[in-house]
Amino acid sequence: MEVKKSPVLEMKHITKTFGSVTANRDVSLSVYPGEIHALLGENGAGKSTLMNILTGIYAPDGGEIIYKGKHRDIHSPKDAVALGIGMVHQHFRLIPTLTVAENVFLYSGKKTFFLHRDEMEKEIRECSSQYNLQVSPEAYVWQLSVGEQQRVEIVKLLHQGAEVLILDEPSAVLTPQEAQSMFDTLRRMADSGKAVIVISHKMNEVMTNADRITVLKNGMVEDTMPASEATVARLTSAVVGERTLPQQTTEDAERGDQGRLGEEIFVMENVSALNDRGLPALKGVSLSVRAGEIFGIAGVAGNGQRELSEVIAGLRPVTEGSLTLSGKELSKASVKEHIREGIALIPEDRLQTGLVPELSFVQNVILKKSDSERYSRNGILQEKAMHADAAEYAARYDIRHGGLDLPVGLMSGGNQQKLLFAREVSGKPRLIVAAYPVRGLDIGAAESIRGILREQSRQGTAIVFISEELEEIFSMCDRIGVLCDGELMGIRAAGETDLKEIGRMMSGEREETV
Amino acid sequence: MSRYLRFRKRTSVSALRRVMTPVISVLAALAFCALFLALMGHEPIAVYGKMISTVGSTGGLSRSIEAGIPLMLTGLAVTFGYRMNLNNIGADGQYALGALLCAGFALFGPVMPPVFKILCMFVIAMLGGALAALIAAFPKAQWGVNETILTMMLNYVFLYAMDYLVYGPWKEPGQMVAQTKAIKEKYWLPDLGSTGVSSVLVIVLLIAVLMYLFHTKTKWGYKMEVIRQNPRAAQYAGMSVRTATLLTLCMSGAIAGLAGFAQVAGILHRVQANLPDGAGYTGIVIAFLAGLNPLVVPLVGFFFGALQISSVAVQLTGVPSQVSTMIQGSIMLFVVAGEFFNRYEFAGVKSKERA
Amino acid sequence: MSTALLISIISTAVVYAATVLYAAVGEIFSQRAGVMNLGLEGIMLMGAVSGYMVAVYQQNLFLAMCVVILVGAALGLVFSFLTVTMQADQTVCGMAMLTFGTGLSGFLGKSVAGVNADLAFEPIPIPVLSRIPVLGPSLFSQNILVYLIYLIIPLSMIYIYKTRAGMILRALGENPAALDSAGYNVYALRYAYVIFGSIMTAVGGAVVSLAYTNFWSDGMTSGKGWIAVALVVFSAWNPLTATFGAMLFGAISIIGIDVQTLFPSVPSQVFAALPYIATIIVLIFTTGNFGGRRSSAPAALTIPYDREKR
Repeated sequence: MEVKKSPVLEMKHITKTFGSVTANRDVSLSVYPGEIHALLGENGAGKSTLMNILTGIYAPDGGEIIYKGKHRDIHSPKDAVALGIGMVHQHFRLIPTLTVAENVFLYSGKKTFFLHRDEMEKEIRECSSQYNLQVSPEAYVWQLSVGEQQRVEIVKLLHQGAEVLILDEPSAVLTPQEAQSMFDTLRRMADSGKAVIVISHKMNEVMTNADRITVLKNGMVEDTMPASEATVARLTSAVVGERTLPQQTTEDAERGDQGRLGEEIFVMENVSALNDRGLPALKGVSLSVRAGEIFGIAGVAGNGQRELSEVIAGLRPVTEGSLTLSGKELSKASVKEHIREGIALIPEDRLQTGLVPELSFVQNVILKKSDSERYSRNGILQEKAMHADAAEYAARYDIRHGGLDLPVGLMSGGNQQKLLFAREVSGKPRLIVAAYPVRGLDIGAAESIRGILREQSRQGTAIVFISEELEEIFSMCDRIGVLCDGELMGIRAAGETDLKEIGRMMSGEREETV
Repeated sequence: MSRYLRFRKRTSVSALRRVMTPVISVLAALAFCALFLALMGHEPIAVYGKMISTVGSTGGLSRSIEAGIPLMLTGLAVTFGYRMNLNNIGADGQYALGALLCAGFALFGPVMPPVFKILCMFVIAMLGGALAALIAAFPKAQWGVNETILTMMLNYVFLYAMDYLVYGPWKEPGQMVAQTKAIKEKYWLPDLGSTGVSSVLVIVLLIAVLMYLFHTKTKWGYKMEVIRQNPRAAQYAGMSVRTATLLTLCMSGAIAGLAGFAQVAGILHRVQANLPDGAGYTGIVIAFLAGLNPLVVPLVGFFFGALQISSVAVQLTGVPSQVSTMIQGSIMLFVVAGEFFNRYEFAGVKSKERA
Repeated sequence: MSTALLISIISTAVVYAATVLYAAVGEIFSQRAGVMNLGLEGIMLMGAVSGYMVAVYQQNLFLAMCVVILVGAALGLVFSFLTVTMQADQTVCGMAMLTFGTGLSGFLGKSVAGVNADLAFEPIPIPVLSRIPVLGPSLFSQNILVYLIYLIIPLSMIYIYKTRAGMILRALGENPAALDSAGYNVYALRYAYVIFGSIMTAVGGAVVSLAYTNFWSDGMTSGKGWIAVALVVFSAWNPLTATFGAMLFGAISIIGIDVQTLFPSVPSQVFAALPYIATIIVLIFTTGNFGGRRSSAPAALTIPYDREKR
């Protein structure tokens, strides 16, 4: 396709820091009218921050934005929209009890006293048919599927006169068919001269649908290329890095020693489950974990990892398939039974699920075990035992706290995670599911968390370790399974594969399971 | 950006401020009501003085306590629900059903040794209150229907049932007022010595202490707190939020039902028309003013009982008895509004840059 | 059934409906904005007593209504300060408003209790229309406040469903964050609707004291504020449905008295409780989560809006 010479939008040397974290460092980006420009990168690479700066949600610390050849200061989303820059967020901002037309006109259109429904609906039909966006303006938003709601968000931007459209992970909530038709629409919009920016972390969809790709890593531009020149290898190395595997340590050598491993204790067969929106999130996943084995789940976040961890812990119903621990069928069992059987979950959002931030250290220690003999007798809480255990956890795992009776919400993220681990491990679990256990932690805390997991595996606990950090997975795990779009693309022994192969599987290439 | 008076959220509140704000709010409410007293031609200082001296007298004190007892119980009932974020505003109806079943059993039930009979009355009043609450608790737990409106609507259902009985079949013959016969004297709870205060007060205080211990010392209280703060974490820990909702609302209703027992066994010894008289609504006010602390609820309940008694006394000097309700409502509004100074502090007139 | 009886039933139902509809329509606006005001009974009483006092002391109905509106606005301002700015629990605030209004109205009203104002909104038969058989005398021989509600119902329907401002109101109780991001001032809008609702409620109280009974007695609205709350839920937040509901509730309460004479075995209290039982059933069916079906209640009802928590 033909790309015009001058960019409609240039972001130059953008820098943004939050406290001690640099989210964007000297990022420059040019977007041309008529192109679909993909921003690729892992979670935390700085994609969303960059777009939030562009739409006026954050003010940059340095750098400038040039739009249609002029320097612009964008202070609010309203400013951005007035210029013609609009964004479709991952969480839609629609009002379910209003019609499609009303939702669009809430943001734009003539400010008349009465609503002129016929005119409104006509205007929207014209606007949407131009890009073959199928929406029925008179329908109520609550009647629409997620894909249709996304189209309404797009129509909203078009109706506001957006020239540059930004979509944050637009395919995350869609079925593959819906995703394809969405990209067709985006292509039509680009062809009519608009510029489209798509935030994504799916390499395959970016390669097939974008014109140019910019890869962000650690807040910086790692690579930028026309899609025609992109290869899986090049993208993988830009996203994940051209890292050599760390030197084998004695611990890692021990990892290869299969004799350490016990028998298969946890088996999932053909397990399927739905996500919160009722769409398939896990599709026929089969895996097994041996006692003492660390089984890594690699893959780009949002490909079913959350659902997998919740299914194993009994928090999410299994729609199909079976799940057994030491031969005991658990696919229909309650959360309580999962806990009793010795399945521990380190959830990915520790402060929303794993801990109660308003409650004290001591009270969080007994979260799962308030019924146990040790912590309550005839219903009376055993404060002594609770405090003793809390103090012991704090000492053994070096958890820094302002006081055992203070809310854990006041502790740092690393210490919260250590507390969560201390509690889960203390139940002598047979299986631990750890979802992104070191995300957001400093190096020291992350290392001690990994230490706890290794120690557990030595004691014979089976571990499912979910992470986006391939290096970490390679250094921790015995075997690696790759999730993509809810399917397990393959399982490899860590010693018999490399970053490139795993990277290919992450982008959706199916490999024969060894 | 606008440039007017700005307030910003306080990051911390000193203990002194935490205590003084409600005290000043109550004083402000009394000053506010003094305005209306003066406006209507009364002498505010004299009226307040009369009210305080009424409560201070021996008879006044015991009558204040007895007037406060049902309020303490409804206050405790509401507190119990709020400790799991459940709004029970149906304490009036639960009180009514508790009183009716309790009185019905006392009047028409089998003859028993007094101790057993009173014990049965106690249990039946609780069951009555729990049953009234269950009708709201089930749709809440099962289908997530708003318990505030459910319990509120049910109030009228049970109050009309009470109306029917005390004006109809249960009416004491030959009486002008709509009330049942008094229950047999052997089924009355004794007074505390010669104080004239029914020993039901001991039961109320015991419940307050037990509730405090339940919340702070037992695993069930602990689970309620987890569910209140973070229902998702509760699910993750294998707790059943649904069952807890059902049981908590029913327990809240049972405590409200005990207000009926307190009247029938301890104070009035019968059921009168419109017996609850808004005690359930006042209970919400009391629970809030007590900061949802069961140990403080009896104090606030006593204070509200004293207001009622003293307003009857000032009525003799020509001040409308509604003065007590007016003061109650004002205190409530001022205390809620006073929270403003706990939460915000003056931040000058400068406009702040957006983050 | 005789014509006279029919006329009396319809006419009483209409007057009854008028007394609860002001408050119910006001509360529909308030709840659609996301604020549940359970203190309606107290505000009605304040409206009733302030109107009646001005009528007694000033002998001027216009002035009386002006004062009623001011009183309603003041109470609404207090309520919105507590619930919108302070983000206080709406149930607790409602109870405070209920207690305050009940107490203050009783206190102030003592001076006019039993005093005859010699002044009230008299029925004004509408020329032509009042001659229609049955409907004429029952619907078109009413006082001006009843006629006003005839106007308010269609106007409020048009406002909510046909105007841009009404569209914003419908969004306000559903997703205030979205509205905020579209550049609307959520706080100001909520203030406006809570105050409007409170004014309507106070006027409803004045209908009771100045047009329905023509006297003042302590607690005279006798639960009409709660009936109004019930109606809001019963009608699924729709003024027109609320009107039918109010007529139905009114008719039940009238028919109850007549049926009582036919079936003495059915206690009148059963009829009195029917509106509440009906509301409970409707509430369960319209807002219960039976898997997939959506609740008709505004999603953000009773949830204070906090911009920082977006």
